[in-house]
Amino acid sequence: MVSYTIRRILMLIPVLIGMSLITYSIIHLIPGNPAQVILGEQASPQAIADLEEQLGLNEPFFVQYGNYMMDLLRGDLGTSLRTKSAISEEVWPYLAATMELTFFAMLFAIIVGVNAGIISAWKQNSLFDYTSMIIALVGVSMPIFWLGLMQQWVFAQELGWLPATGRGNPRDPVETTTYFYIIDTVLNGRWDQTWTSIRHLVLPSIALGTIPMAIIARMTRSSMLEVLRSDYIRTIEAKGSSMVSVIYRHGFKNAVIPVLTVVGLQTGTLLGGAILTETIFSWPGIGRYVFDAIGNRDYPVIQSGILIIATMFVIINLIVDLLYTYIDPRIKY
Amino acid sequence: MSTVTKTTKSPLPGPNKQEFEPQKVESISPWREAFWQLRKNKLAIVGFVIIFTFIFVAILAPFLTTFEYNTMRAVDRLQGPSSTYWFGTDYSGRDIFTRIIYGARVSLMVGFFAVTGALIFGTLLGILAGYYGKWADMLISRVFDIMLAFPSILLAIAIVAILGPSLQNAMIAIAIINIPIFGRLVRSKVISIRQEEYIMAAKAQGMKNGRILFHHVLPNSLAPIIVQATLSFGTAILEAAALGFLGLGAQPPTPEWGRMLSDSRQYIQTAPWTVLFPGISIMLVVLGFNMIGDGLRDALDPKMKN
Repeated sequence: MVSYTIRRILMLIPVLIGMSLITYSIIHLIPGNPAQVILGEQASPQAIADLEEQLGLNEPFFVQYGNYMMDLLRGDLGTSLRTKSAISEEVWPYLAATMELTFFAMLFAIIVGVNAGIISAWKQNSLFDYTSMIIALVGVSMPIFWLGLMQQWVFAQELGWLPATGRGNPRDPVETTTYFYIIDTVLNGRWDQTWTSIRHLVLPSIALGTIPMAIIARMTRSSMLEVLRSDYIRTIEAKGSSMVSVIYRHGFKNAVIPVLTVVGLQTGTLLGGAILTETIFSWPGIGRYVFDAIGNRDYPVIQSGILIIATMFVIINLIVDLLYTYIDPRIKY
Repeated sequence: MSTVTKTTKSPLPGPNKQEFEPQKVESISPWREAFWQLRKNKLAIVGFVIIFTFIFVAILAPFLTTFEYNTMRAVDRLQGPSSTYWFGTDYSGRDIFTRIIYGARVSLMVGFFAVTGALIFGTLLGILAGYYGKWADMLISRVFDIMLAFPSILLAIAIVAILGPSLQNAMIAIAIINIPIFGRLVRSKVISIRQEEYIMAAKAQGMKNGRILFHHVLPNSLAPIIVQATLSFGTAILEAAALGFLGLGAQPPTPEWGRMLSDSRQYIQTAPWTVLFPGISIMLVVLGFNMIGDGLRDALDPKMKN
């Protein structure tokens, strides 16, 4: 297990290097003179020369890349062209906001998806099965930005049940230490703010979690169908175990591996979808940070933002891979 | 024993000479069997109906409406659905129905070109990696790994950030992010087929690599490629709409569904139809392709059947 973990982490290194090479190339692949493109048509030659100097564009590509990697290893993600501050310092609040949103979206996707899949498999060909599988099929096909808009319209504007945008009440800002609002408000003992934060999380989490939820439901169903047909389940049933015990204790435990794979892969959908969800719900997360940077041609932020999101995705998949061996001891590497 | 033989009916029918001729046994090709399977799949049929409707609408767009997709009538802005404006009008008084049906052209075109591009390059790279192996496999597979390590829409956004926002660049970006999906699929198929005895037989007969690839390897890996292409069609349309929504895809006045959504979102409360219909259109097309894709997978891949 330990040697596998080490090997698996070592295998990440070439992927991470490749990823950094791709994100680093972004600025160099801009057609024409990157500094000119960033500063616009009216920029003075002096300003262009200064920016080229700042971005290190005057040196050969691999020298620049080497410097960039050295900076990365030191934890220096570059400087934002717009705010002039270090990206590594300003990125954390955005990152925490995205992590909080992604966590709740995944929580929603897993709880609803897994249970819908289990019940569908248990009551195969029932009305519930058909309905939930049609909902899952529609869920996979739905543009999440549209779902988000519809939710805002119905639940925030028409019914007024939930807030439409933001992370909390702007007139009563949360005192931040970790930038995870739920944790911060609990630490401060401000339960009213915790409740406000949760209410703000509901709509974006559901919008973001719908596609993974649908995919998890379909995967759980097919995985459970296979398990429920096996002999040992029939034996446990014959022994007189309760249905809940058969399904959750024995059935799902054995159906969990393919579901886990999907959960890992869907994190990518979540992190990518975060850009859309954060735009709609004005959620101050890393997706929005990158998106705003594209509008401002703030290429260092685009590079680092994309690298951070992709690294998160890779790390989550690593954790999922390591969880396999923990959950299913039969899997040996 | 002999009586038994006498009374038992001969397995061959009557003494008539004609009937002794060997009967023609209709061979059932796997493709025909898959077609039968597909015809029985109600969801797939619904999917085909949806997609053919959209294709029909996209082709016949100018004949289905009396409006131009770009004519603005300020007096008629934000009108609700009526007998004149079936889906209502948008903030600048353009007929939404007209924009939706012209938008079908844009979306189907994006899907087609993006998937075709990804299919061609993915297949070529997959063959190169799978058939020739060694360093080509090593290099191509690592590049695929790295590309797949990015959430797909994020990579598309990065590519558009480099090339600049336009429909064409969005199409290129979507094609690029889908290349590794086809590439990996083709590679794994090619590797498994390469071991088959009939490939060895072809090699032993002195058949050239190119001929083996295009006559044996590719036709035998076609089924999963078709399924993936159908599913990718839906995803590509969804990704194009997402880029359009973020302002990184089609630029105004192109009637693109994602862009229509983002342009109308501030009117959602006063004129919900401006947001409702483009969204439903995206969903229906993607749903159609997903239904066909699921049906094709069940029909073509016996292992996937439940």
